[in-house]
Amino acid sequence: MDKVHTTDLAPHSGDGYHADPPLITGNLSFHEITDLVSYHTEKKTPLTWLLAFGAASTGAALLLIMIAYLFWNGIGVWGNNIPVGWGWPIVNFVFWVGIGHAGTLISAILFLFRQKWRTSINRAAEAMTLFAVMCALVFPTIHVGRVWVIYWTLPVPNQMEMWPQFKSPLLWDVFAVSSYFLVSLLFWYVGLIPDLGTLRDRAKSKLRKRVTGFFALGWTGANRHWRNYEKAYLILAGLATPLVLSVHSVVSFDFAVSILPGWHTTIFPPYFVAGAIFSGFAMVLTLMLIARKVYGLENLITMQHLEKMNIIILLTGTIVGFAYITEFFIAWYSQVEYEQYAFLNRSTGPYAWAYWIMMSCNLLFPQFFWFKKLRRSIPFMFVTSIIVNIGMWFERFVITVTSLHRDFLPSSWGYFTPTFVDVLTLIGSFGLFFTLFLIFLRFVPMVAIAEVKGVLPQADPHYYEGDGHATDHDVPYVQPSVEKTEGPEHA
Amino acid sequence: MLKKLLHDIKATMGIYEPREDKVYGVLAEFSDPGALLHAAEKVHKAGYKHFDAHSPFPIHGMDRAMGLGQSKVGFIAFIGGATGLALATWLQWWTSAVDYPINISGKPFFAVEPSIPIMFELTVLFSAIAAVIGMLALNGLPRPYSPLFYSRRFARVTDNAFFLQIAAADDHFDEEQTGAFLQEIGALNVEVIKDHEYTDI
Repeated sequence: MDKVHTTDLAPHSGDGYHADPPLITGNLSFHEITDLVSYHTEKKTPLTWLLAFGAASTGAALLLIMIAYLFWNGIGVWGNNIPVGWGWPIVNFVFWVGIGHAGTLISAILFLFRQKWRTSINRAAEAMTLFAVMCALVFPTIHVGRVWVIYWTLPVPNQMEMWPQFKSPLLWDVFAVSSYFLVSLLFWYVGLIPDLGTLRDRAKSKLRKRVTGFFALGWTGANRHWRNYEKAYLILAGLATPLVLSVHSVVSFDFAVSILPGWHTTIFPPYFVAGAIFSGFAMVLTLMLIARKVYGLENLITMQHLEKMNIIILLTGTIVGFAYITEFFIAWYSQVEYEQYAFLNRSTGPYAWAYWIMMSCNLLFPQFFWFKKLRRSIPFMFVTSIIVNIGMWFERFVITVTSLHRDFLPSSWGYFTPTFVDVLTLIGSFGLFFTLFLIFLRFVPMVAIAEVKGVLPQADPHYYEGDGHATDHDVPYVQPSVEKTEGPEHA
Repeated sequence: MLKKLLHDIKATMGIYEPREDKVYGVLAEFSDPGALLHAAEKVHKAGYKHFDAHSPFPIHGMDRAMGLGQSKVGFIAFIGGATGLALATWLQWWTSAVDYPINISGKPFFAVEPSIPIMFELTVLFSAIAAVIGMLALNGLPRPYSPLFYSRRFARVTDNAFFLQIAAADDHFDEEQTGAFLQEIGALNVEVIKDHEYTDI
């Protein structure tokens, strides 16, 4: 049975009878884990970080300049025009919100499913969610035209004594995405409290002690506190799960409650949610592949973690691909000429180039993850994660623009072209995202230290009984009846 | 009587009163989670009420070992959620059907179906906020001061050390006897914690 504790290609993993390969490689002790993660928040700022931060903040500054230009001149600086009244801003909004959902899935949904491997990536993934949602919220805010009255979207008493129109999905979005941001922020911060305690207890300088002490709220690791903490964490996970599903469903309603062919379809909520998880995991993968290399965290974010993320990418990519095929099928089966034309136009019309980029990136590429060798190949998964994100941006683009540019009345048909402001605003939003993420990497422990320790076998009190052999509740330790070497299938 | 009630409430949060001679309690270090769990069981069996276990991560089974019941955070979250639901329903009903009704494509001024998304979102939001605030309130956090921080060893509690503290406020507390008892059940070392106004950090 000892043979089962090898690291790489472990046979029988996940079959419920044999113990899984270790979550953390390198035989790290609790103290080593603390050191490994905290060190990066305590050391002198590395040059690579400064250079990356410089590049990213240039992007963020670019975003601000583009926004200022937009506010001064109006929406005309974008490519939006009749018939395509919704262009890149909405595409970017849905893109960023979708990316955010993976973080909550890793934190909340994998927690409910008791997937212990989530503990290595959940802190960074949740941070990614917060920053992605911030980038997302920029777009609906700036695209309204009269941003100085954006407060009209909130039910705040105003000078006209009017209220928002609550039957509109655009308003449901306001509540959904704001709630999502706040709940994600709470969840992230609650998870941080014990780790801030760790940083506080290691702090040497007075400033560091004060700041970490303030945010750690006086955490002492008391069991009376852990008890309430664990309950709150479970509740937050249980709340965040339906929240993530509902938020992207509400975003999909922006399209689905209209009457446009290609938009007005009930498949949108599950299709968008699956797509969001798909693109979000790809972004988490991109970020984690870089972070684990640069910060030397390969023992905490192991090949097992990466492989599992790839499997989820494969799964959600397949769901998205299936949704594409379903849309086509329903368009044909419904015999509704407008619906049929919408899909024919997507694949063979003026935007066919965008459509086929989307199809090859989303439907084709993730399928390579059926092959174990490719699932465990770092260069391949890095390239795939970027391709998936490109594909998912194009999916939102295809959905938004193709249905708008040719709808019911041919005399209204047109072609949308983005302007340089559109393009630079998108690039700028990436700049904002990476700026925030780099700040997170520099100052906040990027791995949930307390959670990682908590899922190790050494954290289980029963590990210290008998032969020091930790067994999971789900793994029955079967005493061999006769002392003999195990057969070839157990190699 | 009010003072007693206050002390009881604070005790549930793990905040205890020091004795007149400024002794706050004893702090014992243990080697691993298993040792801490068994020690906590024995301390609870011995009749101590004002004690707590400290660890870098939650230890499975510790609540039962210490004789603690279910956490109340769930109730608080539920009340928050109910408030959110009521608020969302009232908001949409009052603004759309009472204060300023507007004909939106012939739809009823207030109907449950289009109100569900916002009802759901506010339920979740208020429930989450209530859970977090409730958790902090039940834990007596934020509370930057604790006499336990005077122990230099205690700084490792968030790293890799496991401690058990028994407060002087407990009825059964006696400096020597409690200390000896802890040594018996496997403590690596026992410190007496005093509540002095120290400014050295």
